[in-house]
Amino acid sequence: MTARDLVLATVRRSLGVAGTEAPRRAAVAARLADHPTGVVPARGRLAPAARIDLFARMVEGAAGTVECIAEPSAIPQAVAAFLRRHNLALAVRHGDDPRLAALPWERGPLEVRRGASDGNDLAAVSHAFAAVAETGTVVLVSGADNPTTLNFLPDVHIVVVDAADVAGDFESVMARLRERFGPGALPRTVNMITGPSRSADIEQTLILGAHGPRKLHVILAGSH
Amino acid sequence: MTEGTSQTAAAAAPLGIAKAATHSASTQCFKGNAKAALGDRDLQNALKFVEVNFIARRQEVADRLPEFEALRDAARDIKDHTLAYLDLYLEAYERRMTEQGGNVHYAVTAEDARNIILDICRKLGARAVTKGKSMVAEEIGLNDFLDANGIAAVETDLGEYIIQLRHEMPSHIIAPAVHLTKAQIEGDFRRAHSDLPRERNLEEPTSLLAEARSVLREKFLAADVGITGANFLVAETGSSVIVTNEGNGDLTATLPRAHIVLASIEKVVPTLEDLAQLLRVLARSATGQEMSVYTTLTTGPRRAGDLDGPAEYHVVLLDNGRSAMLGGEFRDMLRCIRCGACMNHCPVYHAVGGHAYGWVYPGPMGAVLTPALIGIDQARDLPNASTFCGRCEEVCPVRIPLPKMMRSWREREFERHLSPAAARWGLAFWAFFAKRARLYRFATAVAARLMALAARGRGRFRHLPLASGWTRHRDFAAPQGATFQSQWQARRGAARGNADPPGEQGARP
Repeated sequence: MTARDLVLATVRRSLGVAGTEAPRRAAVAARLADHPTGVVPARGRLAPAARIDLFARMVEGAAGTVECIAEPSAIPQAVAAFLRRHNLALAVRHGDDPRLAALPWERGPLEVRRGASDGNDLAAVSHAFAAVAETGTVVLVSGADNPTTLNFLPDVHIVVVDAADVAGDFESVMARLRERFGPGALPRTVNMITGPSRSADIEQTLILGAHGPRKLHVILAGSH
Repeated sequence: MTEGTSQTAAAAAPLGIAKAATHSASTQCFKGNAKAALGDRDLQNALKFVEVNFIARRQEVADRLPEFEALRDAARDIKDHTLAYLDLYLEAYERRMTEQGGNVHYAVTAEDARNIILDICRKLGARAVTKGKSMVAEEIGLNDFLDANGIAAVETDLGEYIIQLRHEMPSHIIAPAVHLTKAQIEGDFRRAHSDLPRERNLEEPTSLLAEARSVLREKFLAADVGITGANFLVAETGSSVIVTNEGNGDLTATLPRAHIVLASIEKVVPTLEDLAQLLRVLARSATGQEMSVYTTLTTGPRRAGDLDGPAEYHVVLLDNGRSAMLGGEFRDMLRCIRCGACMNHCPVYHAVGGHAYGWVYPGPMGAVLTPALIGIDQARDLPNASTFCGRCEEVCPVRIPLPKMMRSWREREFERHLSPAAARWGLAFWAFFAKRARLYRFATAVAARLMALAARGRGRFRHLPLASGWTRHRDFAAPQGATFQSQWQARRGAARGNADPPGEQGARP
């Protein structure tokens, strides 16, 4: 008997089942196929304008910063201005995301590198897959477009979010993931990020920038 | 495992719970540990923060979310549902996960899990391993085992890193170093990082964190294998989920050639929607955050076209006695999502800290889970380390009836003659009278009157024979002369005389 068989057999003995019962199998299959929605907070169901406001407020509540840019073409300047405000080198790295690649980086003073990070980048720019207003969370998916290392190795993480991609609640994002990647399928990594890295492990003193970015700056594109 | 513990494994068999391997457990010495903890000034200084911070922060975010109580019900129901179909959800999870290129390994015991992980590391020729915080890894004693086999496993969560430098166990399931002061941590860093300049300033938490960040950054970039735990496994997508604040778990999972997830079997949940429900109660109950900083779903190894991520992805599913727990009265304990709220609100934990409990899981959840995992004979004091104030159950996000389960353990201890002789004789003595109603009334009436007389109007005793354990620290209230039963009867008699209609209804409001 393999370890797998042994564990499953003990589980079944404890539950008093054989594992072959059709109604049990049907119940599990239905739950997985229907993925019923549970309790969704009212704050996750706001109209678009209030939703964007809540999102910005929640990001700030989690020690992130938010900036609204109406025209995406102004994003490179905004990135440069953010770095300058914090006395940081005018250099960023981003992935192959076509929405980022299409921006007029060459017009600004920024030195731009492409690809994954090896740990030597001070600032990275990613494009979010979505965002969640109820908690101020940005959602990023892995791949060449937005490599995961950019989310964690640089000191400063700048995340571009299309205002139209700000969802009220997590359930809306789950639905969009299914739509994009197919039912039951996900990319290697889905990162849900709420504020910059932190630790309170020393005398419960909250300090930002534990192992990941010390700053998380969200650029909301296309909002008014 | 020593001869002694394998004998107790046989003794534990009637419980129907497999005996788990332990590492350096001192669960037998709770009383001694607790006494030492109460006299430890550093510990008492560090513990001050627990009560103040955790409780207030949780309350604040719970108050901000009107749906919080409904979410707790939903979280409980999701876990109950999953446990009732655990075999099928494990199969579904495994199917999706292997379809995405991951490898699943079942481990019946802690020893099996250790060997599986060592095997994966050896096949990769791994020398350096980074670890994200994992209570299951603590449970199986993974670091010492890898170390003994020539593989250096470095903890990367700040708190875990600190206690690894001190060769200690975590004293809290989400704040492993909560028992230490910054001065103690400074001492550890100066000892461990002896290559750094001596005159550097490490007085403040910020400088300690900065030093740990730069030391550990090198470890992240050099690691061959990264090992993390999992807060949840999602059956619908075959994903493992980790929830952290530092980002160390993600660097551990992303940078090395292989990522090993070590998770116990009860971590599985059905769908992404179910995950959303549980996430809404986890961080709020744990740290009082609306959401932890990093919630990461990982599904398999690096995909074609990916520029980063590990080439191999393994999940070790550990049973270690849990499948047997499913069939007994401690099944509800398997709902636990390891938030730590029970210990954050526990007056016993506040007084003695986590190490007094002697093993990996402290506080009320440990008082229930530890006996189930290592045997009640190995942990007989733990279910008694409670005032039954009920705060743990009040705050538990999945509504585990912790006090009831501690009581169940106490009953088992009594039945199996594991409780101290004095306690058993006392209970037997009381039971003799309690089973004989008239004798009980007579004896208690006499005792109450005698004690009232002996107290001579002071209403309390400074010293009481056979009860010195009580009177050494506080007075014992003296009975006022009449027993509860006689007073109750007198009142009922009076009510019958006055009220109409008489009887039971008279007692209703």
